[in-house]
Amino acid sequence: MDVRQAMQPDAPTLIDDLRTNELGKERDQPTNVARHSRHERGDVETGFSQASIIIEREFETATVHPGYLEPQAATAVMNEDGQVTVWCTTQAAFLIRADISEVLQIPLGKIRVIPTEIGGGFGGKSVAFIEPIAVLLSKKSGYRPVKITMRYDEVLTGTGPTSASHIWVKIGVVESGRITAAQAQLVYAAGAFPGSPIWGGMPVIFGPYKIDNLRIDGYDVVVNRPRAGALRAPGATNAAFAGETVIDELCKKLDMDPIEFRLLNGVREGDRRSDDVKLPRIGFHETLEAARQHPHYSNTIDGPNRGRGIASAFWGNYGGTSSAVASINNDGSVSLMEGSVDLSGTKTTVAMQLAETLGISVEDIHTRVADTDEVAYTEGSYGSRTTFATGWAVYKLGEKIITELIKRAAILWEVTPDKVSFSNRVFQLTDPPADEKTMTFKELAAQIDDTGSPVTASISVTPGGAGPSLATHIVDVEVDPETGKVDILRYTAVQDVGKAIHPGLVEGQIQGGVTQGIGWALYEGYYYDEDGNMHNANLLDYRMPTCLDVPMIDPVLVEVPNPGHPFGVRGVGEVPIVPPAAAIANAIHDAIGVRVRVLPMSPQRILEALWAETRQIL
Amino acid sequence: MPVIWIPAMLRDLTDGEDQVFVQASTIRQAIEEVEKNYPGLKERLLQGDQLRPNISVVMDGTVSQLKLRQPLAEKSEVHFLFAIHGG
Repeated sequence: MDVRQAMQPDAPTLIDDLRTNELGKERDQPTNVARHSRHERGDVETGFSQASIIIEREFETATVHPGYLEPQAATAVMNEDGQVTVWCTTQAAFLIRADISEVLQIPLGKIRVIPTEIGGGFGGKSVAFIEPIAVLLSKKSGYRPVKITMRYDEVLTGTGPTSASHIWVKIGVVESGRITAAQAQLVYAAGAFPGSPIWGGMPVIFGPYKIDNLRIDGYDVVVNRPRAGALRAPGATNAAFAGETVIDELCKKLDMDPIEFRLLNGVREGDRRSDDVKLPRIGFHETLEAARQHPHYSNTIDGPNRGRGIASAFWGNYGGTSSAVASINNDGSVSLMEGSVDLSGTKTTVAMQLAETLGISVEDIHTRVADTDEVAYTEGSYGSRTTFATGWAVYKLGEKIITELIKRAAILWEVTPDKVSFSNRVFQLTDPPADEKTMTFKELAAQIDDTGSPVTASISVTPGGAGPSLATHIVDVEVDPETGKVDILRYTAVQDVGKAIHPGLVEGQIQGGVTQGIGWALYEGYYYDEDGNMHNANLLDYRMPTCLDVPMIDPVLVEVPNPGHPFGVRGVGEVPIVPPAAAIANAIHDAIGVRVRVLPMSPQRILEALWAETRQIL
Repeated sequence: MPVIWIPAMLRDLTDGEDQVFVQASTIRQAIEEVEKNYPGLKERLLQGDQLRPNISVVMDGTVSQLKLRQPLAEKSEVHFLFAIHGG
C-alpha cells in the first residue's frame, strides 16, 4: 500500500487498535492514519479570495535511505558478573545504551557503550538494531566477544528509510507577488509503526515565507513497509520540494524574479513560523542578497535544454543536552572528553570553542569522544546540534576552569581571588596593579602542583536558543531530451551559518547535504513489488550520486550570528539537504519546459513528462 | 502576563482563540488556568498529571526540559508542539 491507498476508508487496517490521534483526542474508527496535526493562522478562504493567481499541485516522493556507506557494526562482551561493554558505530551512544537496557532489561549502570569512529550516520544510527543481539550472543557463547556487521542489503531493507510522501499544495498571490494564502496537506508513510516525520515537514513547507493566512495538515500513515527512520532534516526535503516548486510556478506566472519574490515575502526576525513560534534573528534576506550578487546568478546560462532553478529552505535546528569533562595538564595542554560522537569534524569545532574560552591554542587541546561511563548524558549527534550545544557545554566548562584558575593564581600571588582577573588571555593581579604579576594559561598550569590538587572540571548543559537556518540554492542543469538524463552543471548553496567556527568544515557539511539532496532528487528510491518486497537492495540498483555526478558545489557562507550562542553558532548540517530537489525540479522546467512532480526525477519520469507535454509517442 | 498559544487542533475548545493570557507561574498552573475558562483543554494536553507523549512544551522558542514545571516569566510565550526527533 502507498499512503493514499492506506488512507482510503475501505483500506485494510494494518494495526487493529490504531485510531487517529488529533492532539489528545482519538477518533473512533479503525484506520491507518495514526496522527493528524494542523498548523493554522488567519483565514485561508478569505486569503484565497483575495488572490489573483492561485496554483494547486500534487507531489509524490519516494522512500529513500540515509545512505551511509559504512554498515552498522557492533562488538559486545558480557562478563560473568553481568557487566556489558559494547563497541559500535553510532551517532548516539547514550540512546544505544538505553535501547539495550530496555530490550534486555539490564540496568543502565551495567552497560558501557563505546562509540567508534563512524562512517556516516545522517540520522540512521541513533537506534539499536544489532547491539542487543550481540550482547545476548556473548552471554550464550560463554561470555566471549561477539561481533556483528550488517550486510548492505540488510542495511537498506532493515534500518529505517525515511518516509515516502504525498503532498498537496495550494498558494495564492496578488499581482504584486505578495502571498495572500497558502494551504498544504502532507501525508507521510510511517511504515509498519506510527512515527513519520510530519513534525519536520509541516514547519518547512512554507517556512521561508511570512504568510498571514495558512493551513497545513499533516498525516502520519502506517503502511506495510519498513518502519520509517530519521534522515538529515527529517521530512523537510519532501515538503520543500512541493512548496518551492509551486513558488517557482507562481514566479513564472507573475513574470517575477524568484529572488525578488522571496525578498518580498521572506520571513524576518519577529515573524512567526507556521506553528506560531516567533523567529529570533535569522539571515534569510541576507542569503537572498548574497545569492543575487553571486556571479552564478548574474551569469546567463546558454545552450539548448539548459536551465536554472532557485529554491530556499528553512530548518528549525535543535539544542538538547551535552556534557564534557576537562583536566589541565602541567604543560598547559588540556585533555577534553566530550559526549558527542564526531560526524563532521566536531571534535575540532568543540575544541576550538574551548580554546577560545581559555585563551589558548586549539593545538593544546586533546579531544576524545567519551563513552557512556566517562561523561554524563549527552544526546546524539543529530538535529544540527553538536557544534551549537556541545560548544555551549565547553564554553561553560571553560568558564568554570577560568574561575578555578583565578583561585590558583591568587594562591601563587598570596592574595584573595577577587584581586585577580582574566582578560586578553592573561591572568593578572589587579589590586594592587602590577605589570609583572601576569601569567599566561601555560605559565599558570606549570605551577598548578604548588597550588593544591589538579584542576579538573565537568559540565552538563541543555541550552536554549538554537537559531534556525535558512538557505537559498542556485542550480544549473542540462537535460538530454533523448534519454531524460539530467546533468548538474553548476551548484551554488548560500546559507546563513551563524558564526562559522571552522569554515572548511561548514563548507563540507553544505557540500555533503547538497550531494544527498541531488541523490534524492534524481536517483534514489526504494522499488517494491506488489507484495512489498524490495528489489533494489544493493548499491548498484539503489543509485546514490558519486563524484562523477556532481560538480564542485560552491558553498557561500553568510554569517548572521545566532544571539542564542556565546560565539553566534547555529546548526548547519541539515538545511543543505532541503532545497536541492526543488531547485533541480525548477531548473529542469527552465531547461525543457516541463514540471516533474515526482521524486526521484529519473530519466524515465522526465521522458514521460516530456511526452505528456509534447504529446510525442515513440 | 504569560501567553499560551493554543494549537490549531485545540481551538475548537477556545472558541477559535489562538492565544490565551494567564496569570500563572508555571506551565502546569497555566494549563489549570486555561482549563477554568475552556474546559477540556487539560485532558487533551495531559495524560494523568504528565504531558502526553509526543508533545513538547516550547517556551520563548526553546523546548523546555522542565515541561510542566517550567517557570513562566511576565512575557513568556508558551507553545505545545509535536516532540521532534533528530536526523
